[in-house]
Amino acid sequence: MLPKIFFGYFAIAMVVLSLLIITRRNPVHSVLWMLVLFFHIAGLYLLLNAEFLAAVQVILYAGAILVLFLFVIMMLNLKEEISGERFEGAWPLGVSVSAIIFVLMLLTTGDFVHGPVGKYTIEVIKSETHAKALGKLLYTEYLFPFEIASLILLIAIVGAIVLAKRRS
Amino acid sequence: MNVFGMTVPAGFELATSIAIIIVKIAVIVAVTMLHVLYATYFERKVIGHMQVRLGPMRVGYHGILQPFADGIKLFFKEDVVPAEADKTVFKIAPIIPVFATLSAVAVIPFFDGFVIANINVGLLYLFAMSSLAAYGVIMAGWASNSKYSFLGGLRSSAQVISYEVPMGLSLVGVMLLSGSLNLTEIVKAQQQYWFGMYLIPQFLGYFVFMVSAFAETNRTPFDLPEAESELVAGYFVEYSGMRFAFYYAAEYIGMIVMSCVAVICFWGGWTLPPVLVDAVPALAAVPGIVWFLAKVYFHVFLYYWVRATVPRYRYDQLMSLGWKVLLPLALANIVVTSVVKFFAGS
Amino acid sequence: MSPITPGNYLPSEYLPIMILMIIAGAFGAGALIVGALFRIRRSYREKLMPYESGNPPIGEPRYRFSVKFYIIAMLFVVFDVEAVFLYPWALVYDKIGLYALIEMMLFITVLVVGYIYAWKKEAFKWD
Repeated sequence: MLPKIFFGYFAIAMVVLSLLIITRRNPVHSVLWMLVLFFHIAGLYLLLNAEFLAAVQVILYAGAILVLFLFVIMMLNLKEEISGERFEGAWPLGVSVSAIIFVLMLLTTGDFVHGPVGKYTIEVIKSETHAKALGKLLYTEYLFPFEIASLILLIAIVGAIVLAKRRS
Repeated sequence: MNVFGMTVPAGFELATSIAIIIVKIAVIVAVTMLHVLYATYFERKVIGHMQVRLGPMRVGYHGILQPFADGIKLFFKEDVVPAEADKTVFKIAPIIPVFATLSAVAVIPFFDGFVIANINVGLLYLFAMSSLAAYGVIMAGWASNSKYSFLGGLRSSAQVISYEVPMGLSLVGVMLLSGSLNLTEIVKAQQQYWFGMYLIPQFLGYFVFMVSAFAETNRTPFDLPEAESELVAGYFVEYSGMRFAFYYAAEYIGMIVMSCVAVICFWGGWTLPPVLVDAVPALAAVPGIVWFLAKVYFHVFLYYWVRATVPRYRYDQLMSLGWKVLLPLALANIVVTSVVKFFAGS
Repeated sequence: MSPITPGNYLPSEYLPIMILMIIAGAFGAGALIVGALFRIRRSYREKLMPYESGNPPIGEPRYRFSVKFYIIAMLFVVFDVEAVFLYPWALVYDKIGLYALIEMMLFITVLVVGYIYAWKKEAFKWD
């Protein structure tokens, strides 16, 4: 029962927070709500016994990417942003498309089946800690994607510098 | 369940465990806040004596009640919110650093088994909380709607994020040696060496960590955001009263937390070097908290000592120190540690 | 007792952290709210003006700043991601051994190339 209550709290809070984020006029307020949202996502990871991912969620998303967002937002002219038109003219179309998707998702929930229990049950992960279980897989079985990640990071460095240098 | 011969509902067990947690938290938070109060007093005393002055002398014996006088004064001071400021963000911003630094205390083991939450990713949790520090700074700078605040906030947030990278990397060496992110286990892993601390094999990591910790907490010689000669008080120039006190308190809690991390990761936490305990068995009878606090106080003293000794860095020097010196040093430390560990055959 | 699955698992060791976060937040907000009941409020126009050494403020306070700050933030994100990859690696280094050493050397080498590029392009230079 208790896990369900926690899940319910996190799920509902996340939906409410997401709505708050997209309806704020001031982007800086949106970022503040997003910070709260990221903590709730970390809470959901904890309920899945993914404590390493929960910590990384806060370190990377809340601590790094959102700070980058803030820097970018501060480079914009906020006065224009705040006084401008809130919604595009096509918003009824957007709302109806998302309403249809929502109904479709609701209809499919009845057919939901649990996947088979895998090798990494909660007991297994608990006994060798989540970070180590993840590390063992990442640096043996998923070695190639990991090395690719370093190339993506390299592209990010080069891209940021090229873009910024062109502007100045 | 059966307590004192009475049958109690199952919820009772949960309620008592939560009550115990709350009492533990209340004690630790109260002790931390007391330390913050007296950290300000000792800072003024230590620096005073280093500059051949007396420091606070008026309130109580040798000024011993000075922190309370300051606290009461700040509590009753007017809280000025500038007319042009973004009021909500301006009011919320000071809570963020206090929240983040106080929450960080949760995973610090003060002595064997005494920790609020003994989690497996304790070290990462500390990184996560310290990465929130940038928000208090940047939000205050932006919301105040003042040039000094804005520039101070920008500079300070760039400084904080620049030094977060070397700080995170400097502790990878500790993770390599201990094979754990749990702070209690890191302390215990150090006991396997005769010298009982990672300070010796990880001297490079310790150096990088300490320099980054000084920059992360905005302390001299890296206190440029509040460089009073050019930016008045930087990002919190518009703050007064309690909200100003919050930034001040967060700085000191951050200092104490960073000192605790340094003690746990490099100085063996509450333990003593095994070789020393073997030589003088009587030392084993002293409770661990004594050693822990002594080591933490030494680090806090180090902050004051450096403040009284080293002049402030210039902003370009600060940024190049972080990116061009500390980052390569931290990476080199990881490479050397892993290679040595491989050939030493763990 | 059903087996523990993500549906009915409770990370109980994180409960104290949640409580501490609530207490820390309540402490912050509470101290400010209680303080608001006691402190004086006597403001006038000059007091509420942004501080600019006593002069009336000139120009926009939130001007556009150097793009350098953006580059620093971007590099910070990249190196933070790199650090996060290093943490689980450091934990399992014992168990994987040589294999782990070589792959991490490759990973770090690629990033050092990016780092040298950034250095050469003067991303760390401040003037």
